Amino acid sequence: MSSCHAPAEVLEEEVATGTPSDGSKPRFKTVALIGPPNCGKSTLFNRLTGMRQKVANYPGVTVEHHSGKMKSIGRNDLTLIDLPGIYSLATYSEDARVAVEVLTGKMAGVPRPDAVLLVLDATHMNRQLMLAAPVFSIGLPTLVLLNMSDQLEARGGKIDTLALAKELGHPVALISAAQGKGLDVVPNFLLQAANKVDNGLRPVQLPILQSAASCRTWATQVTGRTRYEAPQAALWTRRLDAVLLNRILGPIIFLLVVFAVFQVVFTIGQPLSDGMGNWLTALGAKAALALPDNWMRALLRDGLWNGVQAVLVFLPQILLLFLFIGILEDSGYLARAALIADRVMRAIGLNGKAFIPLLSAYACAVPAIMATRTIENKRERLATIMVAPFMTCSARLPIYTLIIAAFIPNVHFLGGLIGLRAMVMLSLYGLGFLAALGTAKLMNSRVMKASSAPFVIELPQYRWPTFQSLTLRLYDRGAMFLKKAGTIILACTFIVWLLSVLPVHGGHFSDLTTSVIGHIGHFVEPVIRPLGFNWKIGIGLLSSIVAREVIVGTLGTLYGVDPATHAVNLQLALRHDMTIGGAIALVVFFAFAMQCTSTLAIVRRETNSWKWPAAQFAYMTIVAYTAALLTNQIIGRFF
Amino acid sequence: MDITALSNAAVGSAGVVERIDLPEEISHHLAHLGFLPGTHVEVLRRAPAGDPRVYRIDGIDVGLRNETAQHIFLKITAKDTAQ
Repeated sequence: MSSCHAPAEVLEEEVATGTPSDGSKPRFKTVALIGPPNCGKSTLFNRLTGMRQKVANYPGVTVEHHSGKMKSIGRNDLTLIDLPGIYSLATYSEDARVAVEVLTGKMAGVPRPDAVLLVLDATHMNRQLMLAAPVFSIGLPTLVLLNMSDQLEARGGKIDTLALAKELGHPVALISAAQGKGLDVVPNFLLQAANKVDNGLRPVQLPILQSAASCRTWATQVTGRTRYEAPQAALWTRRLDAVLLNRILGPIIFLLVVFAVFQVVFTIGQPLSDGMGNWLTALGAKAALALPDNWMRALLRDGLWNGVQAVLVFLPQILLLFLFIGILEDSGYLARAALIADRVMRAIGLNGKAFIPLLSAYACAVPAIMATRTIENKRERLATIMVAPFMTCSARLPIYTLIIAAFIPNVHFLGGLIGLRAMVMLSLYGLGFLAALGTAKLMNSRVMKASSAPFVIELPQYRWPTFQSLTLRLYDRGAMFLKKAGTIILACTFIVWLLSVLPVHGGHFSDLTTSVIGHIGHFVEPVIRPLGFNWKIGIGLLSSIVAREVIVGTLGTLYGVDPATHAVNLQLALRHDMTIGGAIALVVFFAFAMQCTSTLAIVRRETNSWKWPAAQFAYMTIVAYTAALLTNQIIGRFF
Repeated sequence: MDITALSNAAVGSAGVVERIDLPEEISHHLAHLGFLPGTHVEVLRRAPAGDPRVYRIDGIDVGLRNETAQHIFLKITAKDTAQ
């Protein structure tokens, strides 16, 4: 009998660990991290993996997939997969479907996890434990991490981890991801589980019917038997909410916060950008001296460096903006803002849930359109997708700041408190928002009927944003921006430069006006002249269909190769080459136009048809053209 | 016993969820936030515009529009917890 039994054990081991059993210890390779939304899962993920993480999408779906080596606990050989934050494994949402597929090893390209780390918020165990039963029933070795131990302790809650472990049949530990406390249990658990050390825990009876109600009953029984004491309500959160959600103060503070963000991005960001610009110019000039004085120098400095540099200088401002969005989100204020904004959102027929995607569209429409998946209602989701690109994304910042710095005088009112430049910037944001409102209305009345999906939002406790989380956000965004500058924008500026010096006549480059791009520019000029744009702007508009920032790089290159403006900076060159009407018309054009192939691609993927991105592109371009035309004609009468 | 729609319960009052008359996918979502028969709910405050309102259930604060809350029925146990 024993000879029959042995192969079965080996087989079992192979299945469990995914490594051939060659006499050595079975090894774990993949660990999954799962937990409900707002349980501090991302903070823990960052703690365990450090800065090195990969973000990608699962094949076929738009759920983001974070994974990283568990370097911070000295396990470079282990990959940690961060699953989406979910309340249950019932597959109502795409997020839950993804989690189930990964956990059961059915997700293509993702190895089946060898172990699971289940993160729960220790301050509301009754609710959080509801996720435990379905996760346990998958049958993987699971460690239950009760996060926010610091909060629990500070507010007088009690939890008996030993009793809970016995009830659950899985090891349980209290941790604080925010403070990095108690994380030693993770490597210990992984070692023990890989070596199948008996932890003395036995399987338990889970609710058979895993409906919300039965999971809930089970969770309440478990917490009751283990004498869990929920902590007192966070006093500070209540006190703050009494002010921040106050009938009169609430909306005022909301507007002040939004305004302050833009004011600071300008007053601190602009000098930083200017400084960086000067430094980059000096660097380019120095590097150019090292190059032979022929086409090489022209290509590298005029063609590539000028274009990329024109975009790079916006890094400080973009990072500052993301810093503020990060602070608002991590502190918990963003959820309150959604609550305040819900009334307005409803008036235009959008779900309050659309507020979060639309707010993130202020950073970039691409993640925003991905985030619309939380809107269960198909029609409302489509309306939100159509509306999102009107929100002022960070890719519009370069052209906005360039034009504002070049054309709007730097004057201040109210003793320096309010700057004209920040006001103009804010009104551009307002313009995008109005276009979004109008589009939402249109989508609701003409294209589809309004429906009633519920607006449910959890208001997390206020917390101090952690340095680590903010750094990681900035690192992510900065890396993304630099990557874009180094690839798409570099390629576009190179093509523009090449077309601006070709064809070659008798060993000499063409002048700008007789070059290929000069011809194209003059060809499109009649169409854009009524908007107050010259042919160089026209080339900028054409090239920026790829991505909005490209226009700044293109203009940098075009004015850089033009002998007349070769020596002056881009702001000065533009000031001499455009009217104020044309300049304002240009930013108005950018407020409305769909100059972004990434967005078009994501809309195509999310709606699964070319019809919607095509309609969106046509609609936005027509709106942009009309608005720019009106702007130029009206301003032209006065100045 | 006082049974009232959650949307009608005064700010400061509290009670126990009696029943929820909402389509399954909505009630499923609410259930995972704690809205299940038998749970204790407290009406915390209203948003500046009066709607949505904020409820405390199971130690968390949840914002809910009145159009949703009117389908959740509450057995009032305390008129005003703030006093």
